Amino acid sequence: MYSKKVIKHFQNPSNMGKMKNPDAVGKVGNPKCGDIMKLYIKVKDNKIKDISFETMGCVAAISTSSMITDMAKGKTLDKAMKISYNDVAEELGKLPPIKMHCANLAVKALQKAIKNYGCSKATTH
Amino acid sequence: MAQKQIYLDYAATTPVDLTVFKKMQPYFFEQYGNPSTIYSLGEKASQAVENARGQIADFLKCSSNEIYFTGSASESDNWVIYGVIDKIWEQENKKSHIIISSIEHKAVIAPARYHEKNNLAELTLLPVNEYGLIELTELEKAIKNNTRLISIMYANSEIGTIQPIREIGELIRKINSKRKEKIIFHTDAVQAVNYLDCNVQNLGVDLLSLSGHKIYGPKGIGALYIKKGTPIVSLIRGGGQEKDMRSGTENVPGIVGLGEAIKKVRDCKTKIQSIKKLRNKLITGILKDIPDSQFNGSLGKRLPNNAHISFRGAEGESIVMELSQRNIFVSTGSACASNSLSPSHVLTALGLSHEQSHCSVRFTLGKHTTNNDIDFVLKVLPGIIKRLRKISGK
Ligand code: FES
Repeated sequence: MYSKKVIKHFQNPSNMGKMKNPDAVGKVGNPKCGDIMKLYIKVKDNKIKDISFETMGCVAAISTSSMITDMAKGKTLDKAMKISYNDVAEELGKLPPIKMHCANLAVKALQKAIKNYGCSKATTH
Repeated sequence: MAQKQIYLDYAATTPVDLTVFKKMQPYFFEQYGNPSTIYSLGEKASQAVENARGQIADFLKCSSNEIYFTGSASESDNWVIYGVIDKIWEQENKKSHIIISSIEHKAVIAPARYHEKNNLAELTLLPVNEYGLIELTELEKAIKNNTRLISIMYANSEIGTIQPIREIGELIRKINSKRKEKIIFHTDAVQAVNYLDCNVQNLGVDLLSLSGHKIYGPKGIGALYIKKGTPIVSLIRGGGQEKDMRSGTENVPGIVGLGEAIKKVRDCKTKIQSIKKLRNKLITGILKDIPDSQFNGSLGKRLPNNAHISFRGAEGESIVMELSQRNIFVSTGSACASNSLSPSHVLTALGLSHEQSHCSVRFTLGKHTTNNDIDFVLKVLPGIIKRLRKISGK
């Protein structure tokens, strides 16, 4: 059901775990199956300097979390904001159609983290 | 080194027993005749079918005239729900009331809901307690004047709960003795055949579904016991096979396999205690070594081969995949692993929270499960749960 790459990310996820003193956090829940995903980011010069995730979810949710952190790292906030769930799924080789919502969850979490970063900046500066 | 395969999903399906397979083999190549033909080749096939019918009747303690072969237990279940209700419509032009438990197999729930939706019958879904048991008093209260069909599964496939079929049978018998329009009682015994008494006289059932592939027989074959005189319409009309009730050329090798498999169930009964011991070892080991793990359902009124556990903070599909990477095969009631993306209706009916279902794993043992298998699972599982909890941050 899952591609080799999905399994690889599931077994050895990148950037996994809670981050100390993140600049922003994006937390989303999957309304479909009830999973929870948290993305932490650190930002420098408008770029994502560090990123990590915590995900309580299926194989696809864990591996898309891992993949999106790899994809977003080093990107400017604008570019990271534009990563779509198709991009993530494509990078992973293929996702079963029923699992597309999990990839979307990762995208939403990243976007939320970036938005939250924007808000916190607006209030502190 | 590749780890040996450890199969702990016997409730999903079982490997065909070698002696069963050998008995089936000739009916593919040598004895391939159509049982409906009158030359000797066909006659041999027809004898084989009747022999298997006898084997099943022996097991259920009924007449072989009361055994009908189907393509699966799902087919048997569908036949019951459609067939009985249709017959009552046909004979009496009356809308009947069906009672089923809320943890029935979908092969019972879906046709019953279909009737309800199309206004062909009324439907009551009986709640279960936290162990998955129905209460007899609740059942009695649910029975109405137009209740004509009650379907309660003997043993649940997910949580292993064993329902008091005999007591239900007695209750219905008592109620029936006082009324003209009898209630028909069906049980889906798919998971029960391996482990429990299936004497239909003892159980007091009018209809009983069973399946080949859950009892070390082949897939694609099931049977329905229909007590003589039970109102039910034919399922497939056509060439008139199965006493004109279920047309279609018989699946002769499958039927032979089902007969042999059910005959072998008796030999396996001696293994029940050792399966139960291993199952208990698995449960105790997990609860001891993995913090925040929770045993679901009843321990007493449960199939000896079923263990069902929730691991807080670790999602079921991910656990299944991790175990599968180590060649251990189990299943889960998590929403993520289902096509509907909703948690198992059985676990929800037991009152498990969405989160508990989400984190649940079902282990079902079988006659080939060894002590080493259980040891290995107990060795790797704590690490797997720990890793997934680290990922989830819980
Ligand atoms: S997160 Fe639940 S299905 Fe993927």
